[in-house]
Amino acid sequence: MEQRKNKTFADKTWDFFASVRLAIIIFALISLTSIIGTILEQQAEPAKNIKVLTRIFGESLAPGMYSIFEKLGFMDMYHSWWFMALLILFSINIVICSLDRLPRIWKIVKEPIGPLTEEKIKKFIISKEIVLKGKPDKVKDVVKNAIKNAGFSYAESKEDNGYQFFTQKGNYSRLGVYITHFSILVILAGAVIGVFFGFKGHLNLPEGFVSDVAYTNSGKTVPLGFDIKCNNFDVEFYGRSDMPKEYRSWLTVIKNGREVLKKLIVVNDPLTYEGITFYQANYGLMSERLGSGLFIFRVVSRDGKTSVFNLRLGDKFEIPETNISGKIIDFSPALKITDNGQVFTYTNQMNNPAVYIDFSESGKHKYSGWLLKRYSETWQLPEGPRVEFIDYWGVEFTGLQVRKDPGVWVVYLGCCTISIGLFIALFISHRKIWVRIAEEKNNTRVTIGATSNKNRAAFEKKIDKIISLLSKKQEGGK
Amino acid sequence: MDSSFFFGISTIAYILAMMIYITYLAFKKTQIGITATTITIAGFISQTLAIMLRWKEFADLSGMGFLRSAPLTNLYESLIFFVWCLILGYLIIEFKFKNRSFGAFVTPVAGLALAFIDISGVSKEIQPLVPALQSNWLLAHVMMSFIAYAAFALSFSAGLMYLIMTTEKRSEISYIFWTFALAIFVVVLAAMGIDFLTFKVVVKPEEFIKSYMFNASFLNPSAVIKILSWISTIVTIFIMWRYGSILKTIMKKFNISPETLDEITYKSIAIGFPIFTLGGLIFGAIWADQAWGVYWSWDPKETWSLITWFIYAFYLHSRMIKGWRGKKVAIVAVIGFMAVIFTYLGVNLLLSGLHAYGSA
Repeated sequence: MEQRKNKTFADKTWDFFASVRLAIIIFALISLTSIIGTILEQQAEPAKNIKVLTRIFGESLAPGMYSIFEKLGFMDMYHSWWFMALLILFSINIVICSLDRLPRIWKIVKEPIGPLTEEKIKKFIISKEIVLKGKPDKVKDVVKNAIKNAGFSYAESKEDNGYQFFTQKGNYSRLGVYITHFSILVILAGAVIGVFFGFKGHLNLPEGFVSDVAYTNSGKTVPLGFDIKCNNFDVEFYGRSDMPKEYRSWLTVIKNGREVLKKLIVVNDPLTYEGITFYQANYGLMSERLGSGLFIFRVVSRDGKTSVFNLRLGDKFEIPETNISGKIIDFSPALKITDNGQVFTYTNQMNNPAVYIDFSESGKHKYSGWLLKRYSETWQLPEGPRVEFIDYWGVEFTGLQVRKDPGVWVVYLGCCTISIGLFIALFISHRKIWVRIAEEKNNTRVTIGATSNKNRAAFEKKIDKIISLLSKKQEGGK
Repeated sequence: MDSSFFFGISTIAYILAMMIYITYLAFKKTQIGITATTITIAGFISQTLAIMLRWKEFADLSGMGFLRSAPLTNLYESLIFFVWCLILGYLIIEFKFKNRSFGAFVTPVAGLALAFIDISGVSKEIQPLVPALQSNWLLAHVMMSFIAYAAFALSFSAGLMYLIMTTEKRSEISYIFWTFALAIFVVVLAAMGIDFLTFKVVVKPEEFIKSYMFNASFLNPSAVIKILSWISTIVTIFIMWRYGSILKTIMKKFNISPETLDEITYKSIAIGFPIFTLGGLIFGAIWADQAWGVYWSWDPKETWSLITWFIYAFYLHSRMIKGWRGKKVAIVAVIGFMAVIFTYLGVNLLLSGLHAYGSA
């Protein structure tokens, strides 16, 4: 008695998880809560979402609604316990649903096909007939060839007054849906691996600096196991606009004091070392270091010789083969000159670095002016030499997204198999065909019965093709 | 001859084809039908040329190579490609099902969309790519997403036509559903039309939605206009509900069976769903992994894609396991496309997130 009661409970639980209704409820819950999650900005400052809520509920209700939503975890809902619970429930549902139906489907897949009676063949939705001249033994080969032409290999059985050919194709395609469902679990498993064995962090690395750690979003420090150095950072713009074309960081990996890897990374092309990947994410100017960077000039003298200078604000340099010397007076990260000659810095990013240099000849002030990194025409001195402003180095940092995710390949594996699974589940059908040929008044009646679990119309066309092939052969044979 | 020349030709061809398709529906003469199809194909070829030319123009200008210069980087370009897929899908249906009734619906959508893009003039502007979009995944991800969207659009129209044809009673839920959905569609289009007429502005759609949309109706400062807008909305819904059967009478003349519509709905989804899964979700994830360092970040666009995916997954399951046919699944197909529209437009225009290229 006790046992039976237990069993019914287990059965009930099983049925509950195997039901399509539960799947629908989970689909709906994940979707509906996710909609709220897209309206409320996730992991954002409270003020932002209070603004959003004010638009929906009005000024007076917004703070109250905010605290309700916050208590329910909607401000970071994709990491909340109840959303995780929904995903787990979803996985359990997939597993149980699949297991519940698997034995039945497996039986259909494995079931061998055998000859059927004429009545049964005629009962199929796709059922065709044609009468051919000659006895079954004579037309047998024509029929066989027609079946072969349609792309089927077949089994054959002898009957009282004729033969029967039967075959099935694509029976394993019924498992496509299991590949698909299993792939979803693989993808989720990959995500879980990433959560437990990987980390997601960031690192703001100034030009010339080295770090052996990264920082997670919750502020924890994660040792990298090696050193990463930012040699240089640069933004390339489209033409003379302020529209960025490329963000570039020159990185070096140093392990045990030795340089092991050097790479220029840009957005869409990260650096990976020992499973840790560095992505170009953002950048910025360190205003407190703005005065202490290194100006890099390449001076090209009249005869084409070049020499490179690394200088600081206030430094002097001599232009080779002349008596001219320059002194760095001022700097602007983003210089703008108005039409009436006014000069100002228009943004606090390095959008248009410019350096103001006083030039003197034999100690006497000659002229002074702005040299702009992005405008090569400002580099030319009237005496012939060119002062190329290559970079103002050491004042920018590169913002790197740092990630280790050993689960990502599991996720991709799941992505591959889900594509294959979907293709099989939607486009390959399980087709069965029976062809019976029987003697009828010295002629042969050909009866074809066929069934397909999807795309019946296409299969019916194929059967029609077999019939027309047979009738054509018949005419040809006359 | 540049790309806009060929866009012009295809716009005219689609609008012309629409008129001929309607004539065909009225007279049912085979020659007229063939003419309509020929003109549609001509428009399609011209649009294909236009897209290729624009691709080349972009490649020459940006110097980033052919693969990375696909004209799919902003709302307008994606709309053009969407129209292209829609016409292609329609032509496939026309040849497979030997039925031209759909043409009268698809060609005006295509023609008007292209005309709107042309009038606004933005299509001629070629914008350089921001760093995040400079990837070979752009082509595969965006192109496949839009092919899927177009397939879903076809399933939506077939599903809606199915509902119109098969519902009888005004108390029926599916009848109420489609009249309501269609009425809302009409109201939104009408309200946007009034916005255009009132403010006489042709701006980028992003700007339009942010600063003008519904300002002449629902969001007008005047309370009277606001109330009037709501009253006319209710009236429209009522009229649609009361006289919806007229549409059914018209639809009956199309000589397209509900079974065919049901099959078109299913086939479009069966093709759109795996393409959406692979191109939209998976390629999107791989690209996000490369560009942002995370393959899934619950960004609004990703989340809405997932919601769309769930709805179509539900459609397939309800058909395959529960054996639902007809009205029930047609409703799911219609809802699914509403989610697609929101994923495509709503997310870019109303919500913020990493995917905000359309609004840049």
